[in-house]
Amino acid sequence: MYNMTSIRVYADKIYALWLREVKVFFREKSRLVASTFTPLLWLFVIGSGFSSSTSVAHSIDYQKFIFPGIICMSVVFSAVFFGSYIIWDRKFDFLKSVMVAPVSRSTIFTGKAFGGMTNSLIQVSILLVVGLIIGIQFSPLALVQTVVIVLLLSFALTSLGLTLGSYMTSLEGFQMIISFVVFPLFFLSGALFPIDKLPQWLSVLTTVDPVTYAVDALRNIILGIGSHPLGLDLLILLIYSCVLGALGTYSFKKMKAV
Amino acid sequence: MIRINNLTKRYEKLTAVDNLSLDIEQGEVFGLLGQNGAGKTTVIHMLATLLKPTSGSATVNNFDIQKEPEKVRTSIGIVFQVPSSDDLLTGYENLQIHAMLYGVDPSIREKRIQDALELVGLTERKDDQVKKYSGGMRRRLEIARGLIHSPKVLFLDEPTLGLDPSSRETMWKYIQQLVKQEKLTIILTTHYMEEADMLCNRIGIMDKGKIIALDTPTNLKLMLGGDIVKLKLKKHDSDITVLKNLACVKKIESFDGYVILGVDDAKKNIPEILKHVDVESVESSSPTLSDVFLKLTGKNIKEQAEGGFLERYVQYDKH
Ligand SMILES: Nc1ncnc2c1ncn2[C@@H]1O[C@H](COP(=O)(O)OP(=O)(O)OP(=O)(O)O)[C@@H](O)[C@H]1O
Ligand SMILES: [Mg+2]
Repeated sequence: MYNMTSIRVYADKIYALWLREVKVFFREKSRLVASTFTPLLWLFVIGSGFSSSTSVAHSIDYQKFIFPGIICMSVVFSAVFFGSYIIWDRKFDFLKSVMVAPVSRSTIFTGKAFGGMTNSLIQVSILLVVGLIIGIQFSPLALVQTVVIVLLLSFALTSLGLTLGSYMTSLEGFQMIISFVVFPLFFLSGALFPIDKLPQWLSVLTTVDPVTYAVDALRNIILGIGSHPLGLDLLILLIYSCVLGALGTYSFKKMKAV
Repeated sequence: MIRINNLTKRYEKLTAVDNLSLDIEQGEVFGLLGQNGAGKTTVIHMLATLLKPTSGSATVNNFDIQKEPEKVRTSIGIVFQVPSSDDLLTGYENLQIHAMLYGVDPSIREKRIQDALELVGLTERKDDQVKKYSGGMRRRLEIARGLIHSPKVLFLDEPTLGLDPSSRETMWKYIQQLVKQEKLTIILTTHYMEEADMLCNRIGIMDKGKIIALDTPTNLKLMLGGDIVKLKLKKHDSDITVLKNLACVKKIESFDGYVILGVDDAKKNIPEILKHVDVESVESSSPTLSDVFLKLTGKNIKEQAEGGFLERYVQYDKH
């Protein structure tokens, strides 16, 4: 049998890195509250505010229409923030103490990515409960599909955040990421509007935004409406995950320890 | 245990570590002494595989730092100049996570953590978040973390930086206890002369990336020509002739009505001197490593390093 001890040691290392992220997540109260509160605010304020004035396709209540988009919003924010939070880990030298341990960079990356996916999943769970309250119901299959999409998107975007964060040494970089990555990813995704009838230039941007496919997939799963077949959305998300995951691993290998 | 061959680190124009060669034996407590910017941290970062040397090579525990970094990392524990534990986790959790990262076997993991906490006196506070620790407790936690996987070599980068005098002495006690209990090889850097004197078997004095003196603390102090004895004589002129003829007196100078002697071993030889001359007063002092440093570099390390980093910060501000 292949060396069991080394497999266990490897699993322990990933578990240790993951455990740290999850503990920190629950202890950073302000971050937790803020990142849960923002999507709820959108869902209720934008959702109700526009319900009356906007008519979207398939004559669905606007609040329900943007619900999949709000789930994706929560993932975009939590995953990219989580990833770029590595700037703080470096600033406060925690990362140095991990990099001086006998743990390969790709293992560190994997542990971090698992942490990011867990964070996203926890936040999405809260939203799903709120969804039940506003009358959005799930079959068990839909729930499983939703979780798969959320995990894929979260992995891709955590990787993106980790990649960007690994090149940045100052906290100002964080502001840049919010303005130039987080907001565009969200607004261009069609989370708030149907993507069928967009002007050309916007349509191009929407097509390259990975979040578009997660929003579309979730609309398909939750509301039964979508612009692409679910399989295509899934495939594109998978491709993005692989590419961004590889990019992140590469950046971690190149990252300077001190 | 550690062999360093022509190790060099260059940043654009600045050479932080300049062609350094050095051997450190197993069980040694080796001190790297030098001012801010001398290159101490850079040496440690290279040996710990965190920083790629520009040229040269080194082995730690017989593993090459560039070819076998993971094996080097398993062999070493390190306490960074700036504490690096996670503030939001408890002391225990920090140790637990690091024990797993180092692959400490689950069957002994819990015991290693308890022992390490015990050693640095943090058992009582293990379940407090690190952000509630004092500076001294943080540093002790870092030491515990550095020892969690039973390393062969421990690097301590300014372990007492910013601690008050009594916490510093506690830290020294821990370090001395470690040397006895764990049979470690320790490399420590410091600005504090008395610290190096007290803890180290051998000291390398660094200046501008080079080691400019390398010896035991005792021998380094001998470089200055022994102890100094200051006398006020009753019969000045005649007694000076007597003193000149004594074997133990190496140097003699008159100064401001006093006579200043360079003497090999003042404690032993003062009674001998007093047998031959009548004195009104006698004073003696031993050279400190600070004096050695001053002589070697022409700079006073104390002025630079007396304060913790906060004080240094404040000084910068004033300018
Ligand atoms: N990343 C870097 N880029 C450029 N120069 C650097 C870098 N890191 C260190 N240096 C320079 O290398 C020299 C040695 O720095 P090092 O941190 O090793 O000194 P040190 O002896 O540890 O000082 P201190 O007592 O202040 O800790 C310094 O002149 C420093 O400015
Ligand atoms: Mg230093």
